[in-house]
Amino acid sequence: MSDYNFAYLDEQTKRMIRRAILKGIAVPGYQVPFASREMPMPYGWGTGGVQVTAACLTPEDTLKVIDQGADDTTNAVSIRKFFEKTADVATTEHTDKASVIQTRHRIPEAPLTSDQILVYQVPIPEPLRFLEPRETETRKMHALEEYGLMHVKLYEDIARHGNIATAYAYPVKVEGRYVMDPSPIPKFDNPKLESPAIQLFGAGREQRIYAIPPHTKVVSLDFEDYPFDPSKADHPCDLCGASHTYLDEVITDDAGGRMFVCSDTDYCASRQAQGHRGRLSPKETAA
Amino acid sequence: MYVAVKGGERAIDNAHDWLAEERRGDTSIAELSIAQIREQLSLAVNRVMAEGSLYDPDLAALAIKQSRGDLIEAIFLIRAYRTTLPRIGHSTPVDTGAMACDRRISATFKDAPGGQVLGPTFDYTHRLLDFKLAAEGEVPEAATGEAQERDMPRITDFLNREGLIQDEVRSDETPPDMTRQPMDYPANRALRLQALTRGDEGFVLGMAYSTQRGYGRNHPFVGELRIGTVAVEMDIPELGFAIDIGEITLTECETVNQFMGSKTEPPQFTRGYGLTFGQTERKAISMALVDRALRWKELGEDNEGAPAQDEEFVLSHADNIQATGFLEHIKLPHYVDFQSELELIRKVRAEAMAHQHKEAAE
Repeated sequence: MSDYNFAYLDEQTKRMIRRAILKGIAVPGYQVPFASREMPMPYGWGTGGVQVTAACLTPEDTLKVIDQGADDTTNAVSIRKFFEKTADVATTEHTDKASVIQTRHRIPEAPLTSDQILVYQVPIPEPLRFLEPRETETRKMHALEEYGLMHVKLYEDIARHGNIATAYAYPVKVEGRYVMDPSPIPKFDNPKLESPAIQLFGAGREQRIYAIPPHTKVVSLDFEDYPFDPSKADHPCDLCGASHTYLDEVITDDAGGRMFVCSDTDYCASRQAQGHRGRLSPKETAA
Repeated sequence: MYVAVKGGERAIDNAHDWLAEERRGDTSIAELSIAQIREQLSLAVNRVMAEGSLYDPDLAALAIKQSRGDLIEAIFLIRAYRTTLPRIGHSTPVDTGAMACDRRISATFKDAPGGQVLGPTFDYTHRLLDFKLAAEGEVPEAATGEAQERDMPRITDFLNREGLIQDEVRSDETPPDMTRQPMDYPANRALRLQALTRGDEGFVLGMAYSTQRGYGRNHPFVGELRIGTVAVEMDIPELGFAIDIGEITLTECETVNQFMGSKTEPPQFTRGYGLTFGQTERKAISMALVDRALRWKELGEDNEGAPAQDEEFVLSHADNIQATGFLEHIKLPHYVDFQSELELIRKVRAEAMAHQHKEAAE
């Protein structure tokens, strides 16, 4: 497609985004304002991630796009197609073959490496937003490192429900300074935020970019007597038998039947290819 | 046996084909042309240009056709296209005082130099369905008169001469560009006006209406509303002077607002301002009211806590492309987060039930 520049955005815009990314990497967890562009897909559907990916891509890159951990969810397909068309880059479904991975709501199960960039789509970048709706106020709170409100919220959760009532987008503290929203990943994924890969977060509508550089300390907020608990469904995967992965619950009939399968479809498929079997795997046919 | 859902790609392609078919509708009915939309649905075209922030009636008509008449979708198409256009330069400020007006009314004076010109307005039509249009009859030709090349001086200038209306301070400061810089609060007035002029007509109307009903009331009169064409001029460096590069239709509304003075300002009339592409007068008037409401700080008024006085609230929610995108994104799969919530609720609920049982047993 020659009508548009490589990866859709013009070079000046990509430069502006790269500057914001570099600033984000220099100040881990800090939300850098950037002049987000109107993209040909709707706000809320990954425009921030798409702009960050566009600014990172080179023609040699191999791109993987996942949504809910899966490569074939409709919006992942749509974004992957967008870059196939506008950047003509190679794409893959295999985590280990990808140099850039754009994701929504999950971190891949397979450990990432220092050669990889993970780009998150972020709806609301401000971890304090639902405690204080005003941007003018929350920016001040970050500047003054005033995070008491967040701790009070977590405390009140425990007082009321006996648990911290946040299951996804669980707030973290980055390198001992900024409280950050890891995007709506399940809290199960939080431990994977400490990674050798570069992690970039793009919020298009809210015009913010932030980053976690490789090997940065990322701590999920908790209390000594109520430690952070990255829980998940207490089942093994019904297709590959894995008991250490995040699972989707799938309703299989109208009599309450259900199965649990890995949300990371590539990880599950590669385990099955290695011979791992789960409760509902097809029976081995006799050789 | 459950098979991991494959085929998102084929589903998308098929959905797009179906959409194209639905857009066209019954093929035994003649297809709409872009020119027909441009000429006969011109107020829709105007709204798409105003909120799309791009003055091009043909492209706006194309967007309306492509979007099956969903104007927010059409505005989105225009915005996305607009982003890809290079910036060749900037025009000089347009002179709306020299507008060739099709319509010019003032509610504050019975008559004024230049006169009251009703123009093509729905204002005094009776809203009765015109079944003649259904029969596709020819419209009788409208009466014509001599064009009057009168000057139409601004109504507010008359008040200004007496010092009765607050003076707008002239500034040559380059206004910020909200399409090239991230939004930053507090915003100055130029930035607020930019956000309002491309804001959703319904949202801006609702905000303006709320001020009329008492949530930040600011006693507006339509000092002047004018609709017409203005020349767009641009400085060409090679020539060393500005030349006309075209002509656009604008709607401009200046409200005159009663104001009894504040701690910092004497009693005088104050202003609200609206300027929009095309004939979009509902939007321009709404914009002027909201603009005035947002000026409370500069005029030393009290903040009543009314929504229309809250800059961050108004400006961050005025854009319908942002709003519709975020609203509609909840249609996307969220099952990973939902699963996480499901586990949490099951856990908290089990604990609560166990607690109740224990209490009941005691």
